[in-house]
Amino acid sequence: MAVITYREALNRALREEMERDGSVFLIGEEVGEYDGAYKVSKGLLDTFGEWRVRDTPIAENGFAGLGVGAAMAGLRPVVEFMTWNFALLAYDAIVNSAAKLLFMSGGQFNIPIVFRGPGGAALQLSAQHSQVPDPWYANIPGIKVCVPATPADALGLLKSAIRDADPVVFIEGELLYNMKGEVPDGEHLVPIGLADIKRIGEDVTIVAHSRMVHVALAAAEKLASEYEVEAEVVDLRSLRPLDTDSVIASVRKTNRAVVVQEGWPVSGIGAQIVDDIQREAFDDLDAPVARVSGLDVPMHYARSIEKLIVPSVDHVVNAVKHVCYLD
Amino acid sequence: MATKIVMAQLSPTMEEGKLVEWKVKEGDQVEAGDILAEVETDKANMDIEALHGGVIRALLVADGDVVAVGALIGVIADADEDISALLESAPQPSSAPAAEDAAPVQPEAPSEPVPSEPAPVEPAPAEPAPAEPAPAPTDAPTTNVQTPRTSERIKVSPVARRMAQAAGLDLAVMSGTGPGGRIIKGDVEAAIATGATPAAVATGTAADAARAMAPVGTPRLEDQRIELSMMRKAIAKRLVQSIGPIPHFFLTTEIDMERALDMRKSLNDRLSEGKVGVNDLLIKVVAEALTRHPEINASFEGDAIRRHGSVDIGIAVALPDGLITPVLRDADRKGLLQISVESADLVARGRIRRLTPEEYQGATFTISNLGMMDIDEFTAIINPPEAAILAIGQTVEKPVVEDGEVVVRRRMRVTMSCDHRVIDGAMGAAFLQTLRAMLENPLELVS
Repeated sequence: MAVITYREALNRALREEMERDGSVFLIGEEVGEYDGAYKVSKGLLDTFGEWRVRDTPIAENGFAGLGVGAAMAGLRPVVEFMTWNFALLAYDAIVNSAAKLLFMSGGQFNIPIVFRGPGGAALQLSAQHSQVPDPWYANIPGIKVCVPATPADALGLLKSAIRDADPVVFIEGELLYNMKGEVPDGEHLVPIGLADIKRIGEDVTIVAHSRMVHVALAAAEKLASEYEVEAEVVDLRSLRPLDTDSVIASVRKTNRAVVVQEGWPVSGIGAQIVDDIQREAFDDLDAPVARVSGLDVPMHYARSIEKLIVPSVDHVVNAVKHVCYLD
Repeated sequence: MATKIVMAQLSPTMEEGKLVEWKVKEGDQVEAGDILAEVETDKANMDIEALHGGVIRALLVADGDVVAVGALIGVIADADEDISALLESAPQPSSAPAAEDAAPVQPEAPSEPVPSEPAPVEPAPAEPAPAEPAPAPTDAPTTNVQTPRTSERIKVSPVARRMAQAAGLDLAVMSGTGPGGRIIKGDVEAAIATGATPAAVATGTAADAARAMAPVGTPRLEDQRIELSMMRKAIAKRLVQSIGPIPHFFLTTEIDMERALDMRKSLNDRLSEGKVGVNDLLIKVVAEALTRHPEINASFEGDAIRRHGSVDIGIAVALPDGLITPVLRDADRKGLLQISVESADLVARGRIRRLTPEEYQGATFTISNLGMMDIDEFTAIINPPEAAILAIGQTVEKPVVEDGEVVVRRRMRVTMSCDHRVIDGAMGAAFLQTLRAMLENPLELVS
């Protein structure tokens, strides 16, 4: 087991898959000469050359569409967005082209493409560059959505995404790039659509994904030491398909659930999960399911206000206390 | 504010009550606490008290009527208040689960079906405070026990409701610590831990009577709280799961053990080493009988019944703080000697907690024997997902009539608990007939 960063894990996934399959190529803004805005593609240009690692103009809808066309023609493009906030310009290529072509061609064209880049709030990037795009894509049939929280999952899921026959939206945690974690040696694949229990507990289930998994884990430690509450943390890892079974199994055990998401509350992923829980585990619930979300406002630039908007450990602790009738 | 007079649940098992006599008449002014009527329950005659002051505006049942728990029997309101909405409402069924059965005995109170619009049915919840103020928890021991929460929807979390139902606890007499008095899982767990059962929540008179009968002198026992071991927790959880949702029924038969015991003795006389026990014989015979009745060697799976492809016999083994059921796999395909060797090993290691989960999980049928503890017969609780368990009593010499003569025979009583979702009475009886025939004529084993 090597300990590497999330960023290095993504780089390793790209490198391994590009070595494995000559039809895999990477395009995006500054992915080549500059090694990527977040250095995820570091060294790939040197290894694979400019036919397979290609810098693009600042034209998201253009190069995303190019990727879709290449996928139709049998290649396996990985399209990097400098951030998912910029991918709004490519929404048409992703939603109307990539997600629809298999269906609209009557099954003739698989679109084996990966759209990837960082999402979520970082530090003081303000309203336009701090958004959580998860539900914008999880809402769309025809694409898969991966949201890894750890280096090992980032490695295993990106490799699975590149090999997948369908379009995959791969949302990396901008604040996770420097996070270190153990990564298995050798080939490591994580199936898309399978959640992972990141911490075992008996008293309450905390459902989270991406960076919120770490907020949930920190909250779980605080709950254990200060309130003798043992929380089980379920990391969704993928939002579409969603591993409802793992969530339900955990809630059946703990009888209580808190669903954490970084993004806005209205029509968020958390709403979907709460719906699944109330339908599938109604008779197992001891309390209404609680949700923790970012505040329903555009992100503020001021650090002091930004801190209030993004879900924190204390937000999660308070929600858990509420469902455990400890407040 | 108008309030309803309902047939209160005056005992935990009460499903309906007979209104013996109204103590008030329409138009009377009453105060909270005034006695309104005398009611005959399944246990005793008790009084219904007014929860609020006001004028008796309507009495909906006559003296002598039998009414379901929760049914509307009268209305207290201000003298000039419009009570037509209350009078139109159908008699409220009790929130106690059993009350559904009581519906047909509802009296001449309006009996039209519940309207589809919820609003007129139950005006009270919109303004819950005047309808029935939540009694302050600290008053609980002294407030009138005659008025548990039956007319009002009981707030209870789904899992607490399920657990209470499984444990046979009456939610109407429990107090909740959740918001708004919601009964939550912790409340049910506490009630189970303190051994509170419906019977334990005694009425004042019963409690007084119990105190009056208390003996004098120094108690020889002391109260003890023994923390549950993991095993005891698992036992409690699984058995509650069993007796709650599984419809058990029990079949008992008495078996003449003369020939079986003779066979065992002659077998053991010929063995140079090892010894076949009665239990081994029972395992073998039960396994053989199960192969002839695969419908017993089965499990209920929600939308299907699974008949198992192997006969894996669980053997209940007592431990100082619980029990464990090691599993003798493929018992139908093993000889008596092999069964005796394997079961001795499983039981020995079970007693010292050295079994792996694979060795004590997944039986298809369990045998529980308390014969060695002088029990004549008993009923065992099914270990789900198995469909049956066989309880073995002691083998005793007793006089029986045979061909008109009284003779002494060694007899053993067995009782099979069956999951009625899987096994019907005749089906279970047929299995026991086979079992009995084999034990009474062991040659059946090789036939």
